[in-house]
This record gives sequence, structure tokens and C-alpha cells, in this order.
Amino acid sequence: MTKLQKFKESYFLYSFKRDKVAMASFIILVILLILAVTAPWIAPMDPYGANNIDIMNSEIPPMWSDGGESQFPLGTDNMGRDMFSTMLYGLRTSIIIGVCAVALQAGIGIFVGLTAGFIGGKTDAFLMRLADIQFSFPYLMLAIFIGAIFQVVFGVGSYERLAVPLLIIIIGLAEWPVYARTIRASVIGEVNKEYVEAARIIGLSRPTIMVRHVLPNSLTSVMVISTIQIANAVMSEAALSFLGLGMPVTKPSLGSLIQSGFEFIFSGSWWITVFPGVWLILFVLVINLLGDWLRDVLNPKLYKG
Amino acid sequence: MFAFIIRRVIQAILVMLVISLVGFSIKSNIGDPVRDLVGERVTPEERAQMAEKLGLNDPFFVQYTRFLKNALHGDLGTSFIYRKPALEVIFRHAPATIELVLGAALIIALFSFPLGVYSALYPRSLLSRFTMGFSTLGVSIPVFLTAIMFIYLFAVTLHILPSYGRGETIDLFGNGYWQTGLLTIDGLKHLLLPCVSLASIMMPLFIRLIRSEMMEVLETEYIKYAWAKGLSTRRIWLVHAFKNTLLPVVTVFGVQIGIMFAFTILTETVFQWQGMGFMFLDAIQRADISLLIAYLVVVASVFVVVNTVVDIMYSFINPTVRIAGTK
Amino acid sequence: MSHLLQINDLEVKFALRTGDITAIDGIRFTLDRGEKLGLVGESGAGKSVTGFSIINLLSKPGYISKGKIFFQGNEISSYPNEKMRKIRGNAISMIFQDPMMTLNPVFTVGFQMIETIQAHREISKANARKIALEKLKKVHIPSPEKRLEQYPHELSGGMRQRIIIAISLLTDPAIIIADEPTTALDVTIQAEIMDLLQELCASDNMALILITHDLGVVSQVTEKIAVMYAGKIIEYGSTDQVVKHPVHPYTEGLIKSIPGTLIKHGEDLVQIPGMMPTLTNIPPGCAFNPRCYLKESICTQKTPELRDMGQGVQAACHVKQRGNRQNNNEAG
Repeated sequence: MTKLQKFKESYFLYSFKRDKVAMASFIILVILLILAVTAPWIAPMDPYGANNIDIMNSEIPPMWSDGGESQFPLGTDNMGRDMFSTMLYGLRTSIIIGVCAVALQAGIGIFVGLTAGFIGGKTDAFLMRLADIQFSFPYLMLAIFIGAIFQVVFGVGSYERLAVPLLIIIIGLAEWPVYARTIRASVIGEVNKEYVEAARIIGLSRPTIMVRHVLPNSLTSVMVISTIQIANAVMSEAALSFLGLGMPVTKPSLGSLIQSGFEFIFSGSWWITVFPGVWLILFVLVINLLGDWLRDVLNPKLYKG
Repeated sequence: MFAFIIRRVIQAILVMLVISLVGFSIKSNIGDPVRDLVGERVTPEERAQMAEKLGLNDPFFVQYTRFLKNALHGDLGTSFIYRKPALEVIFRHAPATIELVLGAALIIALFSFPLGVYSALYPRSLLSRFTMGFSTLGVSIPVFLTAIMFIYLFAVTLHILPSYGRGETIDLFGNGYWQTGLLTIDGLKHLLLPCVSLASIMMPLFIRLIRSEMMEVLETEYIKYAWAKGLSTRRIWLVHAFKNTLLPVVTVFGVQIGIMFAFTILTETVFQWQGMGFMFLDAIQRADISLLIAYLVVVASVFVVVNTVVDIMYSFINPTVRIAGTK
Repeated sequence: MSHLLQINDLEVKFALRTGDITAIDGIRFTLDRGEKLGLVGESGAGKSVTGFSIINLLSKPGYISKGKIFFQGNEISSYPNEKMRKIRGNAISMIFQDPMMTLNPVFTVGFQMIETIQAHREISKANARKIALEKLKKVHIPSPEKRLEQYPHELSGGMRQRIIIAISLLTDPAIIIADEPTTALDVTIQAEIMDLLQELCASDNMALILITHDLGVVSQVTEKIAVMYAGKIIEYGSTDQVVKHPVHPYTEGLIKSIPGTLIKHGEDLVQIPGMMPTLTNIPPGCAFNPRCYLKESICTQKTPELRDMGQGVQAACHVKQRGNRQNNNEAG
């Protein structure tokens, strides 16, 4: 049986087809991802290019309200940028940071988890204590702290220039213990099983066994965690940007867009905040819904944190 | 049991040492204690003199020991912005944050228990579905966005609640430390939106936790046995199942209140609430390293203490809980 | 005179997403006052489900789809929940399998005993406490006063099972349903608990339904036995007769597979080949046919009915029933 056939007949696909919420979430997510990836080509204007921004166009309401212009379907922000284009680029930035940060978290977490689970003993105790300690602090607090330190070290100017990699590092460092704990738990569960024993007897080295045999068995949990973590990372990025510790307004993510619009809410220009806000909620919501569904279907033994 | 407590306390002390070490290395690398004391208008010679006097040229470890010793005496450096001891600045801002967190905790407790229990008992009812849907939506909305929407709705559009600040406060002890907003109508009005916003981030989590714990308990043998004993439905649900649900939830509640402090940074920023979070952000923007590090140390101590106490408490309840078969 | 408990063609189904599956398929038996019945079978045969359906406490997707249960002449299977509640733990009480899991960990023993009495009698706390003490003494618990104040986790498994038995006695029930009451306990304590149950049934003239997979225990304790296989009773009759002269090949296999008292010294232990089918893929005809050494073509086509085989024993086996008919014909 080919892999495709196998997939077509799987319980996974069956339950997906039955679950309307999961299907709808998936479709919306795919659309959002396509929009984000293709933003430079489909956006009516480039919000990064200073020469096509006209300050005279600032704070134009969406096209269906009084004073709206069809040129700017969702209105413009305080700098005269087309909201729709800015949101596409913002989503793109948020997703890039979110996905890379989760990749970093997973990388560190899986490495630490595998090492701890396989070597055991003092290394295990040390690494897990470290994870525990970090786990006992709220990740957002940690991210804000690291962000604050970075900003002081680099200065606001360089920080803004380096914002994307810095944010990836900050969010990546703040939440690796989730992965480390789960991977370690499953490694410890698998290590004593017969197939690992067998692999050891035929003379495979420890790292080989880890990566080739044990890791694939933990991938279900990693997948479930990762969906939720991407949602979390995008939220963290938004929070950091909202606090001024993230993307600058000139290259906005959704968080910095919301922040830049916040002060104009009092003068009635709600759209600068509300549209990116809804955009962000939509993205996070569909990921969370998919994550819930995945967890129900795959039902891995997750670490109860 | 006693050995466990000792071990846990030693662990807590070690964690605090590590954190203070991290804090101090940051401070000694990027902080500027001379500026903290005398400001920026000093000649290079005077600076060098001051640095020598403050011991800034001593080896790292000597400086660290001094930092620790001072910290134990309650001296965490001087805030550059406020020109006051950092710890004092933090203590003056703490009451605002504490009131905010307490208010939010109260709201969470009042709503999450009934809703969580109800949706565990009647998972198919309309209200349960609505609650669960709403809680999924709730975890997907960043706390600052909730706050902004509340402001737009209740303050900007409807004009029924104030949008920022603490309103009228009363000096609780007459020494200027604890300005409370709890005793005036205006203060309470100002408290409402920030508290609800802050609660909104944790509420979905608690509803889900209470629901899943309750559902797990309802599946246990001892609940089945309670049915077999012929007890009334009400008694089984509200006495037997609820009490077993309560224990794990309360422990989590303790830890989560700690986590809420993190979210106060966002809530306080939106509502310009003069608490610790607001102060912290101010310190970042103006590079007040001493205040930053003092905040780090204070918040970390709060977490370590809360975690340690919760762990120790849990170890007392644990035997019963474990035997309950709730894993 | 009607029986104390009479079960007629009981059928229990579990409503699953993929359709209903039958857990109990048309069983019938009776129980008289003071009588002790053993329900025997492998796990999954439907013993526990039978027990729970008597007090109408099937876990969620399960429901009684056919048949009637009469208790003291009343059809209790159609009782609404509140009416049934007054019978549960009162006239019919139940003892669960694992005493470690049965008592609520956050309440004292006394609390859990007193609430049971108060659920069924209008009685003061002090008087309820007196009854609780009396019953604790009856199950030979040392220092009963102290036990009332203790939490379950402070007591051993054997002690807890005694307390659970004491709880089941609180309201002087007519029937006790004991679902594998000794499986989770140490071997030495198992015997004590079984002795205690026997003693109590004798002294209070209570009926007992003993659910177990252990034929040895049943043969020592009960007067009547019902052997279950894949949701059906396949042999039913007096314990003595069934154990000594099993009719159904499955019962025979069960007895021969147990070392100890049931088979004679020097006989070989025999293992029944294969496994009991799961409820979702019960083979057509006699459910036991894939494992049966007497299997004939009819066994895969027609489901055998429970029929009288003489000596007060009923069995559901085509081959044995035919043999029985021939014997009768020859005799007649």
C-alpha cells in the first residue's frame, strides 16, 4: 500500500472529514498562510517602501464608512499606509517569527530532552531541574525580561534593526522546557522497550538509536505541542511588540500595528487597532482549534504542565 | 516529610542564588551605578573616582558577594529615574498591582467554578458548548487586545467606565505606601475593566481545568460507588465530586496567580495603571538597570516562594490525591 | 411464590458511534432469599455488566435494551432513577472490585458510612454512627471507633474491603452483589474476606451474587452457578453438579485449567485454546465454536439455546443437547 493510500484510509483523515470545525479552521489557516506568503505580490502597496506612503492619506476610514476610499478597502493607518497591505505584511512577519521561534524551541527542547532521557543520572537531574526552574516562571515574563535586557544592550536603534532574529531568539529561549519535558518522558518510556534493546544489541550507537528509533515515536506529541506553541509564539510576539520590545512600526508585525493604533482609538479611528486585532485573533484561533482537534485525535500522552 | 521540606527549601535558595547571579552579571555588564547616583553630568575623572569608591573595579566575585550582602539587607541598588532605593520604588508600586491581581483572581474564582462544574456535568448542553467555545476564543485573544476592546466599548463608545488610571485612592496606612482604590466608588470603577481584562486571560484556562478535572473525577470508581450507595445526585456532584476537583484546582490556582503577575505588565500598560508592571516598562524605556534588576529579583523571589510553598503544601495532600486514582 | 430476584431475557447494549454492540445477550436467572449465586467467566464476558444492570447503574453508553428485572415481585428495570436510588445501597448493595479505589479519598470512613445510612433512613447522625459502629464490629474490624475518624489512605486494602462490606450491610440489604471482591487483595486476605461474606450471608439470611473469574472460589461459596461466555449464560445450575459434571465444553475447559481442588490428583491441566472473542466480532453460531473440541457444522450456523440437561443443570451446547436427547430416547 502506498503512503498516500494509507493516509486516505486512515482514522486521521476520517475524523478530520467528520469534524466541520477542524475542516473550516484548516481551510482558513491555509488561506491565511497563502496570503502571508504571497503578501509581496498580492498586497496593493508595499508598506515598507517610504516613497509610496503619503501622509496626506492618514487615518482614512474603511471604504464602507463615511470618508472611506475604495483605494483603501480597510482604510489607512496614522502614517497613511493601506491597512490591508500592512496587515498582510504584518501577518507575514508574525508567522515568520512564530514558526522560527517554535523551531528553535523544538530544537533546544528535543536536544535537551533526548540527552536527559538517554544519559540519565546526574545530567538528567541537572537538565530537568533547569527546565523545572524555567518552567516555574511564566514564559511571557521571561520573554519580556530577555527582550528588555537585549534592548538595553543593543540600544533601541540596533534592536529595531535586528528585531526579527532577536524576537526569534527571545521567544525560542523562553519556552523550550515544554518540549524537553515531553521528549524526555517519552524517551524514558521507550528506552526500556524491546525494540531499543534490539537496536542496541545489533550494535547501533546511542545517537543513532535516539534519532532513528526513539524520536519518531515522540513525533506525535511534538506535532501537537507545536501547533499550540506556534499560536503561543505569535501571541508572545504580539505582546512584546505591543510593549515596544518587538517589531518597529516601520516594519510592523500584528502586535506593533495594534499598538500603533491604540492611541488613535480615543479619537475614534478604531480600524487601525481593530482590524489587525481581529486578524491576529483569527489566526491564533484557527491554530488553537486545530490543535485541540489534533490532541483529541492523536491523543498523545502530553506532559501535564 | 521533614527531609523533603528541607530539600525543597535548599533548592529554592539555590534557585535564588542563580537568579541573583544572572541579575548581577547583567547589572555589572550593562548597568551604570555611577549614573544612578550622580546623574550624567560628571567629568570622566570624577566618574573614575566614583567607580573606584563604589568598588566597581573589584573582581567580579567580590562585587557579587557585596551585591548579595546588600540584597539581604534590602538594598537592591538605587533607581535612576526615581532617585530612590529601587526596593522602595517597587514597594510603592506593588499595592496597585496586588489589588489588580486580587480583583482578577476574585472574578476568576466566581465565574470559573460554576461554569467549569456545569460544563463537566452537562457537556452537551447549550451553555456548556457556549462556554467551551467562548473559552477557546478567550485563549486566542491577547490580553492587551481584550483590554483595548473594553476601553473602546465601555469608555470611548458608551462612556460608562473610565479608560485609564486608578481613580480616587485612599492612603491606607497613612504613610504613603499603600494607596488603595478599593475603598472609593471611583477607585472600584477604575478597577473593573483592568480586572476583567486580566481575568479574561486565565478564565478560559480555569474553566477548562475545572471541567476536565471534574470529568475525570466523575469517571472514578469512588463516584461510581457513591451512586451504588444510593446517594442523591446532588450530593454526589456537589459534595463527593466537587471536593475532589477542588484540591488539584486550588493548587494550580496558587501558581497561576503568580503567572498573572506577568500579564499585569500588559494590562497595566494599556490602562496606564501605576503598578509594578507599568514601572517595569518605564524602567526598560529609560534603561534604569538597577530598577530592572531589582524587579527581576523581587518577582523571582515571589515565584520561588509561591512555588516552594505550593509544592510543600501539595506534598501534604498528595497521598490522598494519589490514592484517589486521579494520577 | 415469586423469586427474590428474577432476570428475564436481559439484553444490554452499548451505544457506540459505529453502532450498538451487545454486551449481554438475553440472559435469565433467579435468586431466592439467602441464596448464593456465582457469576463466572473470563473478563469481558459480561459478568460485571450484569451486576451493574441489576441496580441500573450501567456506565454511560450502556443501556438495557430488552428484558425485565424483578425484585421482590416489582419490575425494577423500569423504575425511574429516583425510585431506583432508594433501592441502590439499601435493599441491594454492591461491593466493588478494588477497595483502594472505591472509597472517596477526601472523606473519613465515618462520613462515608453515615451518609449512606442517612440517604436511606430518616435518622440522626448520632444514631447513624451507632449503626456504623455496630456494622464495623460485625466485619471484625479492630478498634472501630478509631476507624470512623480515619481517611481511606490510612488503611490497608483488606481493611478497606472490610469497611466496604460494612457499608454494604448498613441498611440490612436483601441482596449483596460482590464484583470480584477479592481480586485486588493478597491471597491470605482473600480467604478471610470470602469467609466473612459467607458468615454474614448465613447470619442475616442475605442473598449474594458473587461475580468472579475464579471457579475455585465460587465452588466453595455458592450454591448456584451461572457460567458466562461472550455475553451469554452458557451453563447454569447447582454448583455441585456443574463443578463435578460440567456439561458445556467451555465450563469443562475452565475447570480443567484450574490447578488445585477442582481436578483430581494426577490429571493434566488443560488450557482452552484461543481467546474469548471481543464483543465486536463474535463469531456466528455458538460464540465458543472456534475454541471448541466438539465443534460441528451446526455450531457455526445456529446459536444454541440454554436447555435443561437434567440434574438441575441447563447448558447451551448443540452437541451435548443432542447427546442428551439420544440418552433420553434410549432411556424412554
